[in-house]
Amino acid sequence: MTDAKTEILARIRGALHYTPAPAPAERTYRRSSDRLREEVVEMLEDRLVDYRAAVHRETAETLPARIADLLGVSARYVVPAGLDRSWLPEDTAARRALVDPGDARAASALGVRELNAVDAVVTSSTVSCAETGTIFLTGRPDEGRRAISLVPDHHICVVRLDSVVELIPEALALVEPTAPVTMISGPSATSDIELERVEGVHGPRTLDVILLG
Amino acid sequence: MRIALFATCIVDAMYPRVALATVRVLERLGHEVVFPPGQGCCSQMHVNSGYFDDALPVVRNHVKAFSAADYDVAVAPSGSCVASLGHQQPMIARAGGDEALAREAAAVAATTYELSQLLTDVLGVTDAAAQLGSWFPHRVTYHPSCHGMRLLRLGDRQKNLVASVGDIDFVELPDADECCGFGGTFSFKNPDVSAAMAEEKIDNIVSTGAELCTGGDASCLMHLGGAMNRRDSGPATVHFAEILASTRENPLEVSGPVELSIPGPRARRTASSSAPTTAGGAR
Amino acid sequence: MSRTALGMPAVRPVHGQGNLHARTAFPAAAKAEMGNTQMRANIRHATHTIRGKRAAVAGELPDWEELRSAGSAIKEQVMANLPELLEEFERNVTARGGTVHWARDAEEANRIVTELVQATGSTDVIKIKSMATQEIGLEEHLAGHGITATETDLAELIVQLGRDLPSHILVPAIHKNRHEIRDIFLAEMAETDETLTSEPRDLAEAARTHLREKFLSTSVAVSGANFGVAETGTLTVVESEGNGRMCLTLPETLITVMGIEKIVPTFQDLEVFLQLLPRSSTGERMNPYTSMWTGVTPGDGPHNVHVVLLDNGRTAVLDDPAGRSALHCIRCSACLNVCPVYEQAGGHAYGSTYPGPIGAILSPQLTGITSEQNASLPYASSLCGACYDVCPVKINIPEILVHLRDEDVRTRHGERSDDGAAAAPARTRRLPQAPSEMDLMMKGASFVMSSGRRMALAEKALPLGRAVAGRDRAISWLPGAAGGWTDERDIPAPPKESFRNWWAQHADETAQRVAADGGSTGGATDGTTDGTTDGTTDGTTDGVSDRTSGGTSGGAPSGASHGAPHEGAAGAPQGGARDDTQHDGGER
Repeated sequence: MTDAKTEILARIRGALHYTPAPAPAERTYRRSSDRLREEVVEMLEDRLVDYRAAVHRETAETLPARIADLLGVSARYVVPAGLDRSWLPEDTAARRALVDPGDARAASALGVRELNAVDAVVTSSTVSCAETGTIFLTGRPDEGRRAISLVPDHHICVVRLDSVVELIPEALALVEPTAPVTMISGPSATSDIELERVEGVHGPRTLDVILLG
Repeated sequence: MRIALFATCIVDAMYPRVALATVRVLERLGHEVVFPPGQGCCSQMHVNSGYFDDALPVVRNHVKAFSAADYDVAVAPSGSCVASLGHQQPMIARAGGDEALAREAAAVAATTYELSQLLTDVLGVTDAAAQLGSWFPHRVTYHPSCHGMRLLRLGDRQKNLVASVGDIDFVELPDADECCGFGGTFSFKNPDVSAAMAEEKIDNIVSTGAELCTGGDASCLMHLGGAMNRRDSGPATVHFAEILASTRENPLEVSGPVELSIPGPRARRTASSSAPTTAGGAR
Repeated sequence: MSRTALGMPAVRPVHGQGNLHARTAFPAAAKAEMGNTQMRANIRHATHTIRGKRAAVAGELPDWEELRSAGSAIKEQVMANLPELLEEFERNVTARGGTVHWARDAEEANRIVTELVQATGSTDVIKIKSMATQEIGLEEHLAGHGITATETDLAELIVQLGRDLPSHILVPAIHKNRHEIRDIFLAEMAETDETLTSEPRDLAEAARTHLREKFLSTSVAVSGANFGVAETGTLTVVESEGNGRMCLTLPETLITVMGIEKIVPTFQDLEVFLQLLPRSSTGERMNPYTSMWTGVTPGDGPHNVHVVLLDNGRTAVLDDPAGRSALHCIRCSACLNVCPVYEQAGGHAYGSTYPGPIGAILSPQLTGITSEQNASLPYASSLCGACYDVCPVKINIPEILVHLRDEDVRTRHGERSDDGAAAAPARTRRLPQAPSEMDLMMKGASFVMSSGRRMALAEKALPLGRAVAGRDRAISWLPGAAGGWTDERDIPAPPKESFRNWWAQHADETAQRVAADGGSTGGATDGTTDGTTDGTTDGTTDGVSDRTSGGTSGGAPSGASHGAPHEGAAGAPQGGARDDTQHDGGER
């Protein structure tokens, strides 16, 4: 008896026996934006708010205060090792950043139960698509491994204005395909009850997006 | 213009008044209407039921009947049957291994219009009251049949013509684009689902308070009319060609059950010798 | 459409098995389901809600049609190059530390997954909603081997806790409303009490609490995949709740079951499908979460990554050029949401993992039209075409339905006995049957309708129908095949005379007809007779309007007295006029 792979491939070749080569796919859809930068950023903001994410516009100077404000006076929060520390507020007795090394095998890595116990996570992001309100995390050092932006219930995500594009094709072109990719469009939600969207299931129920320009 | 009427089998056999209404509207515009005598059916009933082999002779007959006839354009009072000519006949011919027939079928389909298409796109009729003298002082709603809407992309052509009839009280139908549940043999094979779909459509029709529901396909109207008749409530159905044909002088009567037969005395008048003076009358 | 045996390859595709077979033929199943008025109301509410949303977000993109065309074309490429793409995918997954398995059918896939789970020593797995694992009945199979699979998608959880069956591709519990869901949670979730409300937000919160510990403690996850990228070996899961991210990220072992048709050639191709899918599916611009992973990423996520490539009848679908585009489906469920038949009958009536219009073409192709039950599915449609209009990859569902009906008729007539794919071992092939009432009716109708002369003769018999009709000129009872029709509606009594036969006596009464309608017959129609088909387009449309709009008084039609428009203008409906010589006014 032949192995499954050989047999399946033979079945397919048998089925395709008379198939002429189809015409190549034409990519006549929009692949690059013709909008002004500010227009694109406004679109992103609009779409994020539509998904019940909170959006804040900050500069390098105002960023730490904003993050402090979003965390509240008392918080244990996780940050990836590669995150620019100048973004963060000073630790206080009640508010402390826990640095995750980015490799779950490392001794200092936070376990899932520890992650489940922290109040929030702050990460950067790779690229954001305005038209769909989507932020891409790709496991870079300032974004961290996937678990840290998933298990905590509050995600504060920094989006640099120069990383915002309008269209999905523009965004995907900036993503390393073999990286672990997470596309985030608002806080977790479900449409499973009567096909009505409600926010807040297993992923972070609060998503704060900081547009940094 | 010389216009060949493709009556369609259901109109020919069950709703001859609709064919006559089509003729009246076109003759009023000064056109000559001919009826290619060999015509039968578009084959849709066979195709949609899965009887491709039995559909082939029906396709062949249609193509032969219209290829043999002399006309400028053909017209049918049905979106579904016209769609079948272009969407199904070539496919059936190819399935039967007859490429030449497939090409001829496509050619016949290319010059066959659904009535509202012909009136709107070719004959430039946009105001039925002004251009056709149509007059129908009743409250009417309109159901767009699926094949006209989705295969022929008729858009609002039928509706706009109906709404432009003199003294008509036109009301929009809620959820108009939902299927009425006819679907040819679907209504035989799945009578319960079909009836439930009709029920929903009828609820919407009744909600408009219309006396009549019109549309462009006799088959759907027969299905809806039959269900409403059984329910013993609600309005009757009438093909939009009959509404366009209705005038002050010769109004469409709608009291009581809709009569399908072509009325006798009025049309059966005298002297046919001097009649046709439209284009091509000399032939 | 019969196919020749010329050069028939040695290996025949084999039909699928598993949860693809209806137990009851559709009409009877639908009738039974329709008795559940609450279910019908729930489905009606949900599908109507989503229709508007889908239309709005699809309509918002200026290039929606271009995206659909590209999606359709890419899928066609995939099918044509499937062997090479699958091997490329396997190479890339393997190079990145993953393991690829191949499964010819449901049984083999279930065995592979079970052995992989057993090798971990775990008796618990967490699952992401997946059509493929539903199709092969993985959960039941694992249970048979002492392994508990917990569904983590909210709707799947509702179905699992309610010991119910899924009824929708996207929202398996669409047939339940919030109050019914609350009752299930209250009965089945230890964490809940009477304070639980039926607000969707509270129900979602209850699911979060219920599953949290599972996510944190379970070491094996099973998923499906929306796309597998051949060029990179990347797998993709599109979801909303974050349960997918949990399953794909936290466990040590991840096993993904993916149908072989889910391959796309390049990473770039995702830019098309990630736009089409969410807008068609939940009516959102983008679903909340999409995850992509390529083999193993050391230190991030599962370090034991497997992919099971599933055939289970897909090659049999591929074997039919007229039906294979059913494999283009990206499982968005837009066709279900617009289908009037689905809306009435609900998903359970289809008896398969795949309900609705796509199920009506996919299930019988995966299994072969080998049982009466599945052979009833292609007839479960009024051919209204709403499904084709919304399909993001332009699967012409109505055309395939009609094709499968023809296949069914041929199968019953014994014309397709050994054509196409081999039957799945467990199913019995249907034997050729004696001609049915429908067969005879179609044969007879074909004979009559293929001749105008025979039509005329047949129509002479129409007045007979009037004798059957009641006082209101309606026929309310007919025997046999037409009986189902008259159970629910009347057929009007036929007219005294067909148009054809009437016209034979009255064709030349144009003047009387026009006069009776209040118009005048003008002889002046010069425009017509000399208007040959030389392509003159002298503003026909406007011209006609001008000529006919004046002079109307008292509603009298005026067209006739103003002449007809030139022909050959303003647009033949489907392009390409006929041979010009036929239009030549020469003989006129």
